[in-house]
Amino acid sequence: MNSVILRAGARLLALLLVIFSIYMLLRGHNAPGGGFIGGLIAATGFVVFAIACGTEDARRALRFDPGSIAGAGLGIALLAGIIAAIFGDNFFTGQWLFINETEDDKGIPLSTVLVFDIGVYLVVLGAVLSITFALEESV
Amino acid sequence: MIPTITAGDTLRFVWEWVPSLGVNVSFYIDGLSLTFALLITGIGALVMLYSARYLAGHVHQARFSFYLTSFMLAMIGLVTSDNLLALFVFWELTTITSYLLIGFNHDATKSRRSALQALLMTGVGGLALLAGIILIGTTAGTFEMSEINAMPGVLTGSVMYLPILLLVLAGAFTKSAQFPLHFWLPNAMAAPTPVSAYLHSATMVKAGVYLLARVHPSFAGTDVWLWTLTIAGAVTMVFASVMALRQTDLKLALAYTTLMALGALTLLLGNESGYTITAAATFLVVHSLYKAALFLVVGILDAQTGTRDARQLFGMARAMPITAMAAGIAALSMAGFPPFLGFIGKELKYAGALAVASEPILVAGAVLISSALMVAIAGIVSFRPFWSKSGTPIPDVKEAPWPMLVGPIILALLGAIFGIFPETLQSIVTPTVAAIVGNAEPAKELRLWAGVNLPLFLSIATFVLGFLLYAYKVQLRDWLIGITTRAPSFDNGWDRLMAGVAAGSKALTRGIQTGVLKHYMYVTFATALVALAFTLFTQTSGIPSVSWPQIALWDWLVFLLVLLGTWLTVVTNSRITAIAGLGVVGIGMAMIFILFSAPDVAITQLLVETLVVVLFAAAALKLPELDKDSFGKRPFDALLALGFGVVTTIILMKVTTGPIDRELTTFFETASWPEAFGQNIVNVILVDFRALDTFGEIAVVLIAAISIFALLRAKPEPQAEEDQP
Repeated sequence: MNSVILRAGARLLALLLVIFSIYMLLRGHNAPGGGFIGGLIAATGFVVFAIACGTEDARRALRFDPGSIAGAGLGIALLAGIIAAIFGDNFFTGQWLFINETEDDKGIPLSTVLVFDIGVYLVVLGAVLSITFALEESV
Repeated sequence: MIPTITAGDTLRFVWEWVPSLGVNVSFYIDGLSLTFALLITGIGALVMLYSARYLAGHVHQARFSFYLTSFMLAMIGLVTSDNLLALFVFWELTTITSYLLIGFNHDATKSRRSALQALLMTGVGGLALLAGIILIGTTAGTFEMSEINAMPGVLTGSVMYLPILLLVLAGAFTKSAQFPLHFWLPNAMAAPTPVSAYLHSATMVKAGVYLLARVHPSFAGTDVWLWTLTIAGAVTMVFASVMALRQTDLKLALAYTTLMALGALTLLLGNESGYTITAAATFLVVHSLYKAALFLVVGILDAQTGTRDARQLFGMARAMPITAMAAGIAALSMAGFPPFLGFIGKELKYAGALAVASEPILVAGAVLISSALMVAIAGIVSFRPFWSKSGTPIPDVKEAPWPMLVGPIILALLGAIFGIFPETLQSIVTPTVAAIVGNAEPAKELRLWAGVNLPLFLSIATFVLGFLLYAYKVQLRDWLIGITTRAPSFDNGWDRLMAGVAAGSKALTRGIQTGVLKHYMYVTFATALVALAFTLFTQTSGIPSVSWPQIALWDWLVFLLVLLGTWLTVVTNSRITAIAGLGVVGIGMAMIFILFSAPDVAITQLLVETLVVVLFAAAALKLPELDKDSFGKRPFDALLALGFGVVTTIILMKVTTGPIDRELTTFFETASWPEAFGQNIVNVILVDFRALDTFGEIAVVLIAAISIFALLRAKPEPQAEEDQP
């Protein structure tokens, strides 16, 4: 498929989808979204990119091997559990840090739960892309 | 520690492992454990020294030492464990190390076959034992053997006694090679000789005997126990000693005499009287000492002369005087001559046999036959190769180096020392007997001269018969070879069994694994359908009447959309259209989720549908066209699909009309914000409350991705070659 319009559009669309996926990931705790959905959206972005520009370009845009991304994601998710264990709680108990916390505002919430969700995001992204890319390359 | 045990006390150490399941790492030392532990470590040390020289320069000597030490550790764990589950773990470890040691010369087909046979035989027995142990645990309420033995009648009085007994005996009889499960042990002689001396004579094969002795207090005293052990033991004893006479390979002859000893121990353990148990405890020590010594001697003969064939070894005493002396002393103990420990052991065996509760005359007769054969075999193994002048000695043979001589000499001399000073052994036999009997039943005294009594006359008869058998050994052997070659052999039966298992599983695999994806789907869906329908119609009754609520226009539209998608998928002849049709169904589902306010699920569904269509579209290019006009030609598919749909619908109707337990929903709704600082319950459950589940799921996703990746990348071999320039 060699269409300049499609390629240019796909680039833009992919960028938007990836940004949107990060937004979905971060808002997930309080509104629809989260690591799983975010990962799927980002994967869709790269799949669109791969269809328009070929998997070679898509792999280059991704920078890392999708399999490695998925593996790293699993490691990050595990890390979230281990952190809880280090702090003496049960495995995977959420650990929270509220920056600038006031009486009625929780400030900027940072947590191992978010770390875990990022891990899920990366696993989903990496897994979907490694299947899609391999499939498209073998056809 | 030894003085504590000989004084009649016991030691116990408990370390909780999985307390909720009653699994502890607990160690219990009494006379029985101590006797075994001393044999294991003592003979083990001598065998280590011996094999350091025996295998010197072997490529895998380090590996051998590792296996042997691992085995020693496992064996000590086995005999000191109090918790039956821990005992089972050690039991299996000895099986595995034994497998590795038998197969040590793994480039020989025979070694590999023997190793596998031993592994499978003892492995199956181990599984039976595990089942038995679990039954014991549920019956007695504890897995600690010392506690079970302290509750008399808890097992013998239970309805589960018979299954427990049979399972435990299956474990013990395979491990200790009782007839007809004996055939793996002679084959196990493919292992290096130090291994045969250590594992397959002195220690591991006695694990079964140990188990019988360990459970004796809570198992013995019933007719089943008495008769099973007596018959199995007696048959093994007589059969093995006759078979031993048949062998020309000295090592195999010793292997069969080991079987005979195991049979004798099993036979004796069937009873409860002080005489028989004292005989068992003594004979255990006697046998380990002389048999390990003789195995090591045969190993020396093999290493120094290059053969262990009884028909080729004559008059080697001049070349190897020290070996000859050690062999002679050990053999005299084996044959049961005074003043050696073997004599005491044999006298006690006769006394014990006469005291058995089953058939004293028959049992004593069996002991007489096998003991007489032991005399003959002791002569064949250690008199003829060294002293006989009926053949020419192999020339240029040197005496073995000292590390190989130390073991046989010490073991043989111990047999003599314990024979002359039986009271030294008494101190350990007494607590052993107490442990086996389970109460303060006094052990009988070990005496070299017990006066003129029936056992003494039986001993004399043994010697006479033994000498006669020795004198006619060659004729007897040829006669036995003639018989046994015509009789069906267990080993051939084993081969046929293995071939049958292989053929059966091959046929089964071919039946199940057709390689056609459609068949797998049939089986999966049909199984699910049958299971669901069965549960539905047996556990519940009737189709619930659903009161049709107000159905909004939107709902109707979604319903029509899904219907349309389904129709398209079913009637089309094009793959792409079918996939698109399925996509429409999926989107309809997503809309249903949205209508019922489950945005997270809806978004996920939409995204997955999108990706699936993309993936399918990529794959569809490579797939063949669908059959033209296939509509209406696959009634089975249609029936399966319809059935599944109907059953799912009924289930959903039941679920929605029945009461729903909202406890979990309420919990998550109330706890989500205060405890996990999140308002999106779905996400909070995923990443916080049930994070471990999610972690498992993403691990599965990753594994699936890797598998698919590997499948796609795997190309047929010739194609890969073409790719290379």
